[in-house]
Amino acid sequence: MFTNRYIFIYSSVMVIIVAAILSTAAMVLKPYQERNIAIAKIQGVLLAADIKANTENAETLFDQVILEELVIDQDGKVTGRFSKGQLTDGNDRAFDLNLKKELYNKRQENPYKVPLYMAETDSGKIFIIPLLGKGLWGPIYGNISLKADMSTIYGAEFGNDKETPGLGAEISDRGFALQFLGKTIFNEQGQFVSITVKKGGVGTMPADARIHGVDAISGGTITSDAVTKMLENCLENYVAYFKSQQ
Amino acid sequence: MQELVNIFIKSIFIDNMVFAYFLGMCSYLAVSKTVKTSVGLGIAVIFVLGITVPVDYLLNEYLLAPGALTWLDASFIDVDLSFLSFIMFIAVIASMVQLVEMVIEKFSPALYSSLGIFLPLIAVNCAILGGSLFMQEREYQSIAEATSFGLGSGVGWFIAIVGIAAIREKIRYSNVPAPLRGLGITFIITGLMGMAFMMFMGIQL
Amino acid sequence: MSTEKTEREPLFSPKYRKLLTTPLGRENPITVQVLGICSALAVTAKLEPAFVMAISVMAVMGIGNVVIAALRNTIPPRIRIIVQLVVIAALVILVDQVLKAFAYDVSKQLSVFVGLIITNCIIMGRFEAFAMANKVWPSFLDGIGNAWGYGWILIVVAFFRELLGSGTIWGYAVIPSSWYIDNGGFYSNNGMMILPPMALITVGVIIWVQRKKDTELIEEN
Repeated sequence: MFTNRYIFIYSSVMVIIVAAILSTAAMVLKPYQERNIAIAKIQGVLLAADIKANTENAETLFDQVILEELVIDQDGKVTGRFSKGQLTDGNDRAFDLNLKKELYNKRQENPYKVPLYMAETDSGKIFIIPLLGKGLWGPIYGNISLKADMSTIYGAEFGNDKETPGLGAEISDRGFALQFLGKTIFNEQGQFVSITVKKGGVGTMPADARIHGVDAISGGTITSDAVTKMLENCLENYVAYFKSQQ
Repeated sequence: MQELVNIFIKSIFIDNMVFAYFLGMCSYLAVSKTVKTSVGLGIAVIFVLGITVPVDYLLNEYLLAPGALTWLDASFIDVDLSFLSFIMFIAVIASMVQLVEMVIEKFSPALYSSLGIFLPLIAVNCAILGGSLFMQEREYQSIAEATSFGLGSGVGWFIAIVGIAAIREKIRYSNVPAPLRGLGITFIITGLMGMAFMMFMGIQL
Repeated sequence: MSTEKTEREPLFSPKYRKLLTTPLGRENPITVQVLGICSALAVTAKLEPAFVMAISVMAVMGIGNVVIAALRNTIPPRIRIIVQLVVIAALVILVDQVLKAFAYDVSKQLSVFVGLIITNCIIMGRFEAFAMANKVWPSFLDGIGNAWGYGWILIVVAFFRELLGSGTIWGYAVIPSSWYIDNGGFYSNNGMMILPPMALITVGVIIWVQRKKDTELIEEN
């Protein structure tokens, strides 16, 4: 009833039609998708600077608040500067860096670069650092901002896609992030110590270490440990740069 | 090496396809009436997952992912074909199932006759496509990791279906409330098994 | 022309209406036909993703059934499974792309489960059993009916899991905050409801209730 020739032509026509429809849809929708991703990124960065942005005003707010975007290499040297809509040094824009790829390069001990945003707020200049790590079920991410002393935390924001709801997923809760305010990532001797998310609460830490710790999520031990690891892995990339600035 | 063992153990117990993600439930519920048939289907799933996940990994790495085509020419760095991944993965799975069926038929007619009817069923088992999609999402870094994940997920699925089949064989002698018989009680037992598997969650790997 | 018209059934004749309603109860894809469970359970921890999933499946099934029914006489039987898979996969990619563009947050929560609509056995099952042998309009109704039969179970499961597990409905808190133990009350959310095993048990209970009411559905053992 159906010859081989018919089957062959039928499948070819089908493949061509499907491919055409899908490519068109992908091309038409791509700008929207990319804008969504960019806005989610902007909202995170702004939240660490304690500014809540909605989808409409995120881009304008970002342009107003962020003074300069820096690209920092593994030795703490600045390899790119971007401000007021144009590159002023190098040829990378910090916002376009793929943090996941850079952290992978770091693990492979290849050269890597990390982004740093500088913003002006009522209480002076702040540095915003994007974070990315691996939680229990999927990626966890966030942004943390440091005051002009490059050690005291000004603001923080965390997110997750699929940590256990009610347990690990609570890291996205504002209350968890607010604990970080005022903590420091360097000790008094100027050594980098990062921030520890402590199971059992900050109270169980030695008194002089409490300024470097926050309470873990009860029942979310693995996600809490993942946050500690993420903070250390992401913040340590900036230590050389901060030292060079002091 | 340690990383590979970790992924393997993790995908069997912690990220179990059935209990943590409900994948492959259709055949899990339909074919779990006796232990014998479920062993057959379980082995077939291990087999197919162990083959399709690495193949889809290569496909993803060298064809679909953003910038994957650079091995052809450096100018393809911006090409992103990842919107085609569903259709490519399912095509690979369907053809791999066909291929595996032909190979088994040729070299081991005995195995073929015991697996026979289950193999074609596997093409529409969501655990198989799920394996490839999770592989893509979790971004395993080498083909060895992807293979280890594929095999581990298969073994996890095998354990789940053989376990439920054994329980269902026994429960036939119990006095289950009439409206719960069959499907209802199977769901609830699966839930209880899932709770038991949750105890593995705290394991640090 | 006119005679042909009188022979045609009205768009919503009793026969056609039945196509829409039987999948809700007697022929429910999830609780009776045991199809499409995989994706049904994983997205039901909250109402919003469950609702989006139900709509996505409805779109894929409605359009897919129409496409297959329209093509049914041209599809060579030897490659019909592949043709069906291609139609489903193409529609699912479209749904995925649209979600990523216009409902970004939900699409992140649904993650791989949008892709798994492809292997949702309800869709293949309805293509094979209905759309390959029926005209376009009844196929469309059959698709919508089955998708809705699937969707309402999803929404019921998600409603109870979100209410008991997080104390919210569609993200809005419905349990007065003074009831919670933290605030001196007596109530606490049951975190267990959000974890995967309770989805299975909830569906088990729904099946129990349904079969209690409709005793013809009871199985031998």
